[in-house]
Amino acid sequence: MSSGLYDMSAKDFDKTLDLSLLKPYGDTMNDGKVQLSFTLPVPNDERGMEAARLLSKQMGVSEPNVAYARALDKAFTFYVVYGSCTHTVDYTKIQVQTVQDETMEMEEVDAYIREHIGRKIVVVGASTGTDAHTVGIDAIMNRKGFAGHYGLERYEMIEGYNLGSQVLNEDFLRKAEEVHADVLLVSQTVTQKNIHIQNLTELIELAEAEGVRGKYVMICGGARITHELAKELGFDAGFGPGKFANDVATFAVKEMVRRGMK
Amino acid sequence: MERYQAKIAPVDSKLGLDRALVDRARASARRVAEDTQRFIDRHTTVAVERTVCRLLGIDGVNAVEVPMPNVVVDHLSDRGILADGAALRLGNALAEFPDLTPQTAAEAIDRGELDLAALPIHSEDEIRAALAPAVAAAMARIDANVAKRNEYFARFGDKEGPFIYLIVATGNIYEDITQAKAAAKQGADVIAVIRTTGQSLLDFVPYGATTEGFGGTYATQENFKLMRAALDEVGEEEHRYIRLCNYCSGLCMPEIAAMGALERLDVMLNDALYGILFRDINMQRTIVDQYFSRVINGYAGVIINTGEDNYLTTADAYEEAHTVLASQFLNEQFAVMAGLPEEQMGLGHAFEMSPDLPDAFLYELAQAQMAREIFPRAPLKYMPPTKFMTGNIFRGHVQDALFNMVTILTGQKIHLLGMMTEAIHTPFMSDRALAIENAQYIFRTMADFGSEIEFKEGGIIRSRAAEVLKKAADLLGEIERIGLFATLEKGVFADIKRPQDGGKGLQGVVRKNEGYFNPFIEAMRGEGNA
Repeated sequence: MSSGLYDMSAKDFDKTLDLSLLKPYGDTMNDGKVQLSFTLPVPNDERGMEAARLLSKQMGVSEPNVAYARALDKAFTFYVVYGSCTHTVDYTKIQVQTVQDETMEMEEVDAYIREHIGRKIVVVGASTGTDAHTVGIDAIMNRKGFAGHYGLERYEMIEGYNLGSQVLNEDFLRKAEEVHADVLLVSQTVTQKNIHIQNLTELIELAEAEGVRGKYVMICGGARITHELAKELGFDAGFGPGKFANDVATFAVKEMVRRGMK
Repeated sequence: MERYQAKIAPVDSKLGLDRALVDRARASARRVAEDTQRFIDRHTTVAVERTVCRLLGIDGVNAVEVPMPNVVVDHLSDRGILADGAALRLGNALAEFPDLTPQTAAEAIDRGELDLAALPIHSEDEIRAALAPAVAAAMARIDANVAKRNEYFARFGDKEGPFIYLIVATGNIYEDITQAKAAAKQGADVIAVIRTTGQSLLDFVPYGATTEGFGGTYATQENFKLMRAALDEVGEEEHRYIRLCNYCSGLCMPEIAAMGALERLDVMLNDALYGILFRDINMQRTIVDQYFSRVINGYAGVIINTGEDNYLTTADAYEEAHTVLASQFLNEQFAVMAGLPEEQMGLGHAFEMSPDLPDAFLYELAQAQMAREIFPRAPLKYMPPTKFMTGNIFRGHVQDALFNMVTILTGQKIHLLGMMTEAIHTPFMSDRALAIENAQYIFRTMADFGSEIEFKEGGIIRSRAAEVLKKAADLLGEIERIGLFATLEKGVFADIKRPQDGGKGLQGVVRKNEGYFNPFIEAMRGEGNA
């Protein structure tokens, strides 16, 4: 196992960036360097290390270097592996769906609502299904907000209802109807065995069955939610990590205007 | 019998806290607890009565999977006699039919062959005498568990420093056991089996071993028993006693406490206010339920863990720090009311300030040291960063390292290990191993650092502690003035408002009738003639 620390060997690969043949960057263009860590259910010995190397090769990692191996239990070993990824992707051909609106700040959102909608908008949020976590919906809705971004309850032109956690999809829609909601926010934190997909799908199906899907801008969020996933499930938008109340508010109000909701 | 008491290192006074202010805050909390206790003493709940059934030996489920304690309590409710209590009415049936046991009585009720409301009422002495064998059997089983735990400590000793507390949460009790055994071998002192999401809102306790759950595993008596046996086995190999933790919170607080007492759990989450705030359980229901659950925990030598850390996941940890301290005082006084000694009060708090806040580490240190100086004999429970864990596992590992330092510097006792993969997934086996390595490294190399340092008079740390204490004392004064229920309605804790007659489980609260008695509260508190 060479550590690579005093590696004097010539780097005989093309070092010019070609976005059609994109691969990871360690310290030299196109070196393909990646770090992996995983556990194998085998004892920590030479044979286990070889298994880790072979497995890394099958993952497309050339010259895998098992930098660290440690027994976690009699028959479980943790490995850290470095190597070069042999695969490439064509970056120039990639298209992804993202929320395109340029994010406005709280005051701008309020001004936008006054100008284009002319009344307070009603937002109902909840962590639905059996999910007991409120951290996501609270970060978006609570007055204090999160990481310096005030929550929707602080917006002058937004009337927010945070229903908390473990809200049944049926109850969620009933409350939306009752308060004449414009925007529904659903947070999902627990994703074990894809419970969130099942739950989000059920909400959309229920809204469609009740004929109310078109009445609401429906947005979902959570640590494992992407915009693409949200669209696939039938939501108008999805927000993942690193998105704040004003990102959500911007999309919601612009979508309302796009749909002509008054 | 000697109840187990955690070994807590003495704490040096470093903050120069105003002791008169501490006394004032504690006295306010005391009066709030006394005031609330008057309400508790007048009421019982379906969960309290199911717990009495369980302790009398009623177990199992009927043909449609309804747990037998629910069968009995539903019957009492349907007949409008819940307010007499399960003990009186079941004891009366045993006095009437000497061949019945509590279990066979429950089965007869289920078959519709026994109507507890239709029997003539025997004298209290006859009823108590009929119940006495079942009460004595439950008390003997709990006493045997306490003795067995003491025996382990006599053989293996107990850990002096922080307990490393780790969570398993696979949903499958058998997979949990594999993970728990590995974690124990790597150095875990406490294994907590996280419950499946949603269990806290079930108004019954599921039955039997379970292999399906989301984000956790059902708390059932059989699951408790399986995990207890597994941890005893690994403890024998490691020559350490591995503590088992589960969760009382929810609509079944006292029932789960009883299961924990019967299966020798050592640590149980038990907060007087958590269910109200975070699960929208009706406040009257939770307040009554928490009392009996704490009486049971206290008697069984279980360390309770309170849930103040949760406030900081919704409210800001810097601005709302005084609500954590105020709640610790309240939890302490509610525990005193239930006869739970300070050595079993794992009052909670958390390392949850924003990493972007300058001097945040100093404020965390001030809060942790203050809790130690105010509750010097309590095995404080300290929770790791979660709110500001981002998926950047590399920074997360450093956040956890800072958290570990606060624990070793201030002598926190029950240390819930932070995982670098917090906010990504339930922990991999390797995540746990790396977390233990991180904590052990810091606990070893900084072992005596805390006793080497003092905090500057007038400096940031002392000033911060003084400010938080002042605000907590003022808040408790206000709560004393308006009462606990009104305080919860105003949204003082965790920024969450709860109406007195709202939330789940209110229909399960009834005012006790004359003649009501709970033989287990009497026996566990050493009162009455049971």
